[in-house]
Amino acid sequence: MSATSHTIVNLPDQRTATIPKRNYLNNEDGLLSWLFTGDHKRIAILYLISITFFFFIGGAFAGLIRLELLTPQPDLVASDTYNKFFSMHGIVMIFLFLVPSVPATLGNFLIPIMIGAKDLAFPKVNLLSWYLYWIGGLFTMAALVLGGVDTGWTFTTPLSTHYLNTHVVTAATGVFIIGFSSIFTGLNFIVTLHRMRAPGMTWFRLPLFCWSNYAASILMVLGTPVLAITLVLVALERLVGIGVFDPTKGGDPLLFQHLFWFYSHPAVYIMILPGMGVISEVISTFSRKRVFGYTAVAFSSVAIALFGFFVWAHHMFIMGVSNYSALVFSLLTMLVAVPSAIKIFNWAFTLQKGSITFETPMLYAFGFLGLFTIGGMTGVFLGALGMDIHLTETYFIVAHFHFVMVGGMLMAFLAGIHFWWPKMTGRMYPESLSKLAAVTTFIGFNLTFLPQFILGYLGMPRRYHAYPPEFQVLNVLSTAGATVLGVGYMLPLLYLGWSLKYGAIAGNNPWQATGLEWQIQSPPLTENFIETPVVDHEAYDYEWLEHKTAQEVTTVG
Amino acid sequence: MDNAIVATRPHSHETAVAAEHEHVVLPQHRHHFETKEQQREAATFGMWLFLLTEIMFFGGLFFAYLLYRNWYHDAFVVSSNQLSIPLGAANTAILISSGFFMALGVWAAEVQKKSLLVLFLVLTTVFGVAFLGIKGVEYHEKWEKHHIPGSHFDVSEFINPPINPKTGKPTETPLAPDMAQKTQVFFFLYFAMTGMHAFHMILGIGLLFWLTWRANRGEFSAGYVAPIENFGLYWHFVDIVWLFLFPLLYLINRHPGY
Repeated sequence: MSATSHTIVNLPDQRTATIPKRNYLNNEDGLLSWLFTGDHKRIAILYLISITFFFFIGGAFAGLIRLELLTPQPDLVASDTYNKFFSMHGIVMIFLFLVPSVPATLGNFLIPIMIGAKDLAFPKVNLLSWYLYWIGGLFTMAALVLGGVDTGWTFTTPLSTHYLNTHVVTAATGVFIIGFSSIFTGLNFIVTLHRMRAPGMTWFRLPLFCWSNYAASILMVLGTPVLAITLVLVALERLVGIGVFDPTKGGDPLLFQHLFWFYSHPAVYIMILPGMGVISEVISTFSRKRVFGYTAVAFSSVAIALFGFFVWAHHMFIMGVSNYSALVFSLLTMLVAVPSAIKIFNWAFTLQKGSITFETPMLYAFGFLGLFTIGGMTGVFLGALGMDIHLTETYFIVAHFHFVMVGGMLMAFLAGIHFWWPKMTGRMYPESLSKLAAVTTFIGFNLTFLPQFILGYLGMPRRYHAYPPEFQVLNVLSTAGATVLGVGYMLPLLYLGWSLKYGAIAGNNPWQATGLEWQIQSPPLTENFIETPVVDHEAYDYEWLEHKTAQEVTTVG
Repeated sequence: MDNAIVATRPHSHETAVAAEHEHVVLPQHRHHFETKEQQREAATFGMWLFLLTEIMFFGGLFFAYLLYRNWYHDAFVVSSNQLSIPLGAANTAILISSGFFMALGVWAAEVQKKSLLVLFLVLTTVFGVAFLGIKGVEYHEKWEKHHIPGSHFDVSEFINPPINPKTGKPTETPLAPDMAQKTQVFFFLYFAMTGMHAFHMILGIGLLFWLTWRANRGEFSAGYVAPIENFGLYWHFVDIVWLFLFPLLYLINRHPGY
């Protein structure tokens, strides 16, 4: 294994290098040219700004939650305010950040370029999805400003329909609308990947990032509508008093659980799969090797998408579903671990005997590997029936999904942002500061969430704003970790902003990577390619790259 | 190479390409597609995927129906008998006719007959509106009979059904009071499912007005038929949903041997 001083970064001579005169960023000027753009790259930037905004709102609520839990006494806020904090944290983070994070920003930006197309199949629909995202976001913000919502992000009935007098309908409308934004993104990706690939770009030459976004898109397209109709029913139950989930009128609250988790379990794969795609790209680039078992990794994405639809009832083991169905769902849950493990093992084998270098994206990717593995393994604990009854609704489950979602997806998102930042902006981020941020995030994350596994195992329930004094030490550790984590997330915001003006000029291919996106200028032209590329090699073909000077990308006129 | 949607007619590039290659490039061809076949295929594929999401959307309601119909079968039978089969059947016929004219409209667009296309689109709209009219009559009847779920819902008719004066027997099997309450679940699902269907019809009729206006300007009479074709897919999908709703809601009690 090589020393960390070793690097593959290859920047043009900074004295003569310039940002290309014509690119997608300066092609047109003015706010309107952004707000009415059809360019997938500009929409990706719009999304990036939007999700960053909501990420920090969601993060602020996380900070408030941790602050309240610093002491065992309920001293910072009243219990119902605390309920609103964690509800808003969940709703904002899941629907406004995690679901659109990688697909709508990196996916939007990269998928057309990776497959050699000029744009996504439906640019207007793509723009519409961004507007829907914001309308949904504004509804959610309205629910917050008007006084909040305290159902948790799950909108559980009959709590949400009968026992609360907060802005459930406003928040549900917001989530309903954001759902359509996500459906349109998924639909656009699927059509684009099927119909817009450049000549020679076969399915098995696609970068794995495209495969994992494809799998996530299937989940978006098939799962989200079910959430939509479920939320319509909840809203109708509150507004008109119909009783489809109301036991006093013959309805069944469990039906809500089934319908809700039919979307919301696949939704966690919507959140993680695109991140796995990022990791495949990053690990391959920084170990200078083709992804080991390309086909297995590609199909494991689709397998996760497929199995993901048949495990939803593992969220309901303690809700009185029949023992037999619990048994079957427990077994199916174990099965999802198989394709996830395939990915982890294949990434490990990709690293083996690779020429590994430790640039920032790779540090985040290593963070992902460790944290996602812990998150995934604890998922197997929770999938086991007996353990689940002990651990569910405790901090163990909180720690588990934060390991997968924050330790997994957020690490992958940051890996991807750093990896493609030179392509998106044409400039490098500051390397040493960003390494510091990656390490800070990793340490802060572990300090925040490892104690929560122990807390949960000891029996501290989630969603309470007070706890017995003997849990205080672990909670203080967790809150301290959250502070470190907060610093770790603020740093990229600052130095990435700084790099927009002062970063080193990146050139076309700072990582000497193989993907089509690295063969064009940074930042790209509005139409991506001057001439449609013809693909005659597989993805991650580093031998091809070595002979690139002898063999440029061939094109048709 | 202007990619902003706000620029309404960015077709100068396409016209240039047309002059170069000496073959007709449709003004509707968008430059990020290589060929017009690719554009047409992409649009159709996108529409099918959208219909897939619609199936999942209605799927939630059908799932709820399946569950409660099994649990409260007696209540569902009795409440289903309250629906008017003649009106439902008439509506089925009307909707199928509407779909028939839509299919003819797609054909008219493909053979580039402008006036026929407009005529068929108008007929599609007329039948669609007629369907909604009859639906409105049915909803009104439910209102008068207090069959709309909520605080005004009245179950007395299901507990003590009216006596048929000729036979002296109740017209329906009387339900126990707790089962009678469950008729509300049926009517809720009836309103949610037909309401969601009607909502899709209303959206469709709105689109039909727009398409008719565009067809009248001759936009679809020169080989560019994708919007008509794809709207046709949507309209047929709405038809098909009704073809499931009609037997499930109206004909529960009409199978032989019951």
